[in-house]
Amino acid sequence: MRFEGSDNYVATPDLMLAVNAAIRLQRPLLIKGEPGTGKTMLAEEVAAALGMPLMQWHIKSTTKAQQGLYEYDAVSRLRDSQLGDDKVKDIGNYIVKGTLWQAFEAGEQTVVLIDEIDKADIEFPNDLLRELDRMEFYVYETRELVKARQRPIVIITSNNEKELPDAFLRRCFFHYIKFPDRDTMQKIVDVHFPDIKRTLLKEALEVFFGLREVPGLKKKPSTSELIDWLKLLVAEEIPVEALRSPDQKAIIPPLHGALLKNEQDMHLFERLVFMAQRNR
Amino acid sequence: MLIDFFLHLKARKLPVSTKEFLTLLEAVQAGLAGHSMEDFYFLARASLVKDESHFDRFDQAFGEYFKGIEAIPGLEVDLPEEWLKAMMHKHLSPEEKAKLEKLGWETLMEEFKKRLQEQKGRHQGGSKWVGTGGTSPFGNSGYNPEGIRVGGESGGNRTAVKVWDQREYRNLDDTIELGTRNIKVALRRLRRFARLGAPDELDLDGTIAATARNAGYLDLMMRPERHNAVKVLIFFDVGGSMDEHVKVCEELFSACRAEFKHLEYFYFHNCVYDHVWRDSIRRHSERTPTLDVLHKYGPDYKLIFVGDATMSPYEILQPGGSIEYSNPEPGATWLRRLADAYPSLAWLNPEPERSWDYRQTIGIVRQLIGERMFPLTLDGMTRAITHLSRKN
Repeated sequence: MRFEGSDNYVATPDLMLAVNAAIRLQRPLLIKGEPGTGKTMLAEEVAAALGMPLMQWHIKSTTKAQQGLYEYDAVSRLRDSQLGDDKVKDIGNYIVKGTLWQAFEAGEQTVVLIDEIDKADIEFPNDLLRELDRMEFYVYETRELVKARQRPIVIITSNNEKELPDAFLRRCFFHYIKFPDRDTMQKIVDVHFPDIKRTLLKEALEVFFGLREVPGLKKKPSTSELIDWLKLLVAEEIPVEALRSPDQKAIIPPLHGALLKNEQDMHLFERLVFMAQRNR
Repeated sequence: MLIDFFLHLKARKLPVSTKEFLTLLEAVQAGLAGHSMEDFYFLARASLVKDESHFDRFDQAFGEYFKGIEAIPGLEVDLPEEWLKAMMHKHLSPEEKAKLEKLGWETLMEEFKKRLQEQKGRHQGGSKWVGTGGTSPFGNSGYNPEGIRVGGESGGNRTAVKVWDQREYRNLDDTIELGTRNIKVALRRLRRFARLGAPDELDLDGTIAATARNAGYLDLMMRPERHNAVKVLIFFDVGGSMDEHVKVCEELFSACRAEFKHLEYFYFHNCVYDHVWRDSIRRHSERTPTLDVLHKYGPDYKLIFVGDATMSPYEILQPGGSIEYSNPEPGATWLRRLADAYPSLAWLNPEPERSWDYRQTIGIVRQLIGERMFPLTLDGMTRAITHLSRKN
């Protein structure tokens, strides 16, 4: 069982190695990287490539570790008790299974994505140590031990908003998706737009990497923004000439709203272009 | 096996643990590293290093450790293939020709490159560019290694060494770069959550307790949501010697604004005296007496100074020492007052930490605020925040 990238996803050799190590040794894989470099997509692609179902658990600032295992719905039990419902006698009716429980008792091996783990409370990863290590947990309400039938492949993404505890990190493999260089970017675009015009792509990449070089941008455009922008360029049938100014003047590229998502950045960029035009 | 490597990483101050090392060995045993050095490098990095800010340090340590072991040294110059071939044939001895047939072109060329590398080193070392007594199979009679720098395709493959020698993670090292986002991440550690405001969240435990008290009749309880309740007071040094640090201060400021709801900021020049100001343009007309600041913001505020503390000692120690006006009380008195009023205090200094000992006023300020000065780098911020979040 090996992951070697897919038709929709370009994996660099170091990423492939990290994924395969995690699959083989059955340890969680922690993925970090700039926003928009395909961290979440990786899990989807691994699941698709290995032909396994994907279970997603998106973390918010209020998510508790317990919610990934199960939740005891006390409020509806209370309500049922007042309505005199018979269900109320069995506490099992009010245990709602979480993502990890579902993955543990699935008939086949699954891929579990724990997305943006850094959004949660600082204790969150610590609360999952044993569950991810031993792949088992205890349900206090029904006094049963839930054990994984097959250890799922766990992929965890982080945006680096919080530091993760050491004890948690020690149990993971780690990979940092760095911003792709020009060659990798070309491959990525090829995967998404197999029949984009060469000339258009060349100009577009030029504009894109140039834009990333603009000093002082708050949020540099990333891979997913490039893909969106190219999608728009193709859909609007923008000619190549629009990206290239005839008299070597700096121009504002069409549809640049897809690349710059921040009004201050937009402003800064427009000002820079204006200054560049005046200086020529 | 590899224990020396592990200890070498430890010695290079990488936070590696035994468990991670065992994981690496397990992975190697499972055959994941294959037979290439590059795969081993990636595998070691994925299992031992869990923070991209340590990648650069890891690359260096890895390079140091495997420099002698790796057969192919990373070449500083790329040799054109034809040039090498020509040189080879010119200098090939009969045994070498036999060896060439036995080992193949690749191996021999690598050997040759290595030899070139050595010679270049010796040449730069200052000794004369002479042959080594005829022991070299390649002969080395007087070609200039600078002559290697002719254009053309690079002869060497992209050797494994280069991956870590490129050191592309250098700018992720946490002692160097400090961007708005990094600052925000650092500041986030200062969060203190408290429940304030309108009750709009279901308090489940409270509801259960209340319902039980209510003889089983459902009694919903609400409570306010949690918010970041930390209060921060920042004093920025502006003008003069701080001009060169404007960028980093701007970044810090914008990160603080985004991060803290209760943020108050004031400016001062070089040292705090009896007034500070909020607007640099109207600093002479709209100033705030420092005493008002002390009275208005209670001791639960965390006080952060940002400044280089570099000035003339008179500006701190003498009444009337300010370079702008005649101040009735010395700056030291004001600094002491502030330090007394705010038990949680830190001074962030954009000057590099190693230069602090050479500046007299930095020493004075450090003494006045009880050695709570930290460099304005990511690492320093982290230390400062850890200090500030400690309970006083």
